[in-house]
Amino acid sequence: MTDIPAKASVASASNGSVLLTLMKARTFIALIAVLIFFSIAAPNFLSAANLILMSKHVALNAFLAMGMTFVIITGGIDLSVGSIVGLCGMVAGYLVLNGIDLQVGYTIYFNVFEIALITLAVGILIGAVNGLLITRLNVAPFIATLGVLYVARGLALLSSDGRTFPNLVGKPDLGTTGFGFLGAGRLLGLPVSIWILVVVALGAAYLAKYTPLGRHIFAVGGNERAARISGVRVNMVKMFVYMFSGFCAAVVGLIISSELMASHPATGESFELNAIAAAVLGGTSMSGGRGTIGGTIVGAFVIGILSDGLVMMGVSSFWQMVIKGLVIIVAVVVDQAQRRLQSRVTLMQMAKAG
Amino acid sequence: MTAATDHDVILKLEDVSKVYSGTVAVKRANFEVRKGAVNVLVGENGAGKSTLMKIIAGVEQPTLGRILLDGEEVSFSSSGDAVNRGIGMVFQELNLFGNLSVAENIFATREITNRFGKIDSREQERRAAEFLERLQAGIRPDMLVEDLRIGQQQLVEIAKAVSLDARILIMDEPTSALSAAEVEILFKVIADLKARGVAIVYISHRLEELIRIGDTITVLRDGRITGQEKMKNVDTQWIVRQMIGSDAKDFAKADGHVPGEEIFRAEDICLPRVTGGLAVDHVSLSLRAGEILGIYGLMGAGRSELFDCIMGRHGHATGAIFIAGKKVRERDTARRIRRGLALIPEDRQREGLVSILSVASNLTLASLSRFVRLFHISGAKENQAVKQMVRELAIKVADPAQEVSSLSGGNQQKVVIGKALLTGPKVLLMDEPSRGIDVGAKADVFRTMRKLSRDGLGILFATSDLDEVMALSDRIAVMSNGKLTGMFDRAEATEAALVAASALGHGPVPHAESHAHD
Repeated sequence: MTDIPAKASVASASNGSVLLTLMKARTFIALIAVLIFFSIAAPNFLSAANLILMSKHVALNAFLAMGMTFVIITGGIDLSVGSIVGLCGMVAGYLVLNGIDLQVGYTIYFNVFEIALITLAVGILIGAVNGLLITRLNVAPFIATLGVLYVARGLALLSSDGRTFPNLVGKPDLGTTGFGFLGAGRLLGLPVSIWILVVVALGAAYLAKYTPLGRHIFAVGGNERAARISGVRVNMVKMFVYMFSGFCAAVVGLIISSELMASHPATGESFELNAIAAAVLGGTSMSGGRGTIGGTIVGAFVIGILSDGLVMMGVSSFWQMVIKGLVIIVAVVVDQAQRRLQSRVTLMQMAKAG
Repeated sequence: MTAATDHDVILKLEDVSKVYSGTVAVKRANFEVRKGAVNVLVGENGAGKSTLMKIIAGVEQPTLGRILLDGEEVSFSSSGDAVNRGIGMVFQELNLFGNLSVAENIFATREITNRFGKIDSREQERRAAEFLERLQAGIRPDMLVEDLRIGQQQLVEIAKAVSLDARILIMDEPTSALSAAEVEILFKVIADLKARGVAIVYISHRLEELIRIGDTITVLRDGRITGQEKMKNVDTQWIVRQMIGSDAKDFAKADGHVPGEEIFRAEDICLPRVTGGLAVDHVSLSLRAGEILGIYGLMGAGRSELFDCIMGRHGHATGAIFIAGKKVRERDTARRIRRGLALIPEDRQREGLVSILSVASNLTLASLSRFVRLFHISGAKENQAVKQMVRELAIKVADPAQEVSSLSGGNQQKVVIGKALLTGPKVLLMDEPSRGIDVGAKADVFRTMRKLSRDGLGILFATSDLDEVMALSDRIAVMSNGKLTGMFDRAEATEAALVAASALGHGPVPHAESHAHD
């Protein structure tokens, strides 16, 4: 998952490359370590019910982290995802409860499938706003998405005057029932949200590896000028990554509202930070050009299992924050050490090659 | 050599070796630096010149061997140590802060302060202006370094080193981005320093330059010193032989094929300059299939800018371009590449390569659509194309999955060329294709250019190297100050005519202007 190139194992005769291989797989090793640790330390940790519950928690962060990974690989950042989660939840809730009033005595109600599509479109649209600010108006990604963070959150609060849209069961005669399926439904024994995660993750990983767009995302992050001269449509690539990030956030908004059967405008606050943490933990470089979807998913699992496991052990939430922070710092330190080691190993290989 | 009794030797390296984890960069080198002389050091890329100089400048410490300064053994633990002992260095990679002014760069780490520790900017700028004045570069000390062109940045780097008042001054490829006129000024500065007893260590790939200003020459090959002579006793042949072990022909021979129909035409290209005036001033030219058209000109003559206009990198450029007689209406780079244009940019690191990606990914970056079915990149097709390019261009790489930054300069340049060729261009624009690469790689690049022209490509290549433009071009265009000031057939072109034309853009008095914007 963490993308260990074959060439590292070819030269594994020397200690350096063994260590390097271990370091490259560090997120995966960390995942196994937390799994082992909590299965011993926390009773019931390995029960199927608990594992499924944890996966559902992790899935939410994993969606956001995937979108964030592409954004960070292009050298940007998307701070607005948490707010998009909140706003999209409100959009879905509003449509289930109220439909759209056409002001001429008619109100249109949509079925759940249409509501989901509209909500996703809203997420993508907000992502497009981010992208336009960054590509057309040359606003720094940090600032552009920070602004959108506030705007989207404000709109979410305005939509209900700060209140929750409760009880989203819908009315059978209007065809708006079934909203709970995304959050509570199951297919072949697994929650629907997990299936969606699998599909989106496979799609994203495929995109990164086997399509020109994926290659271009890396090129833009590695050297934007060179990418542009090579004919890469840099602005289009950037538009795509922010729109994809908005799409992922909308999915999360839908799932959360569906799980709770209610939409609360403050949903998703500080989610962006968890998403960034998962991406970084999974080996995405904040300076752009490096990262994998697989690594990010593993990173999201490490963070998610860590917090759920600590809760099960009864560790105070204050300590949880300290531990999470330390894990992120250690991950980045190891990442830097790996870079240095890698360049040394490359030197050695070059020396051997002559 | 009779070094032991020579009073002039200020610095001496004895049996110095430098090993990087597994790689021996310098092997038992003995090297002497004389004061009041230009001590030239040459060798192909990767021969160990830069490492040797970094040892002298205190950036690297030797693994074995001794350094003697004024006859006493010294060891520098940092470049600061070396600077304190009077050793300054102009690095090949520019070590400047783009976000700071020229004066702030020149006095970085030794800022002039008043009693309270506040930086005295006015004094810094006044002193910086003195050094810049000597270089006649037309650079104001309060300009931001990032606003300067590469050549000007190089001059700032030189001014910074000169301002150190060093006894030993190391210059690693100081002229690689300078125009002929600026090189002349630099040589004057060097002569002046020499007269004051400064020892200069001079590294360059330009052999004719070395022969002109050098007093002694040392040749490195594969980390070993293979020759050490007084400059008056040697010639180009000798140097090349020491460098690569045999006599080499620099330029591939013309094969006498006849160019075909017109494949490319530019009409009335204009590009306004930010500071007013035109960076490209009503340039029109045409190119035939299989023809190599050299564009000669000094730095700032507008050659790179012309290429940028042709590639569609400037939205506000005006004029028209035609490929095979058809007007190119596409305005963005991506679609112009699809129409058959390709650019090999001057600055490999900044514009040519995505250095953290692999050799393979870099090669296919511009041509991915060729390997795509629906939306899937076919790994097999891509690999095949990569392999073919690696073979055709003789790129020395063990595994194309290696990061491109691990290659030598010459091989990196071949990757940039390969990337352009994979797009299947009809017209190739090459901006200083031989800049900063070694003799062997240069010969490969020139041979490739010949082969491509034989295959019917039109090649426009810009250079400030007279030999190169004379040897390679079928026709030669000269640019000066944004204008096209001359167009010669190879048969009728002379070096004198080219040089004269390259000064025409600056008005009635030739060679009075040393820089482009005035």
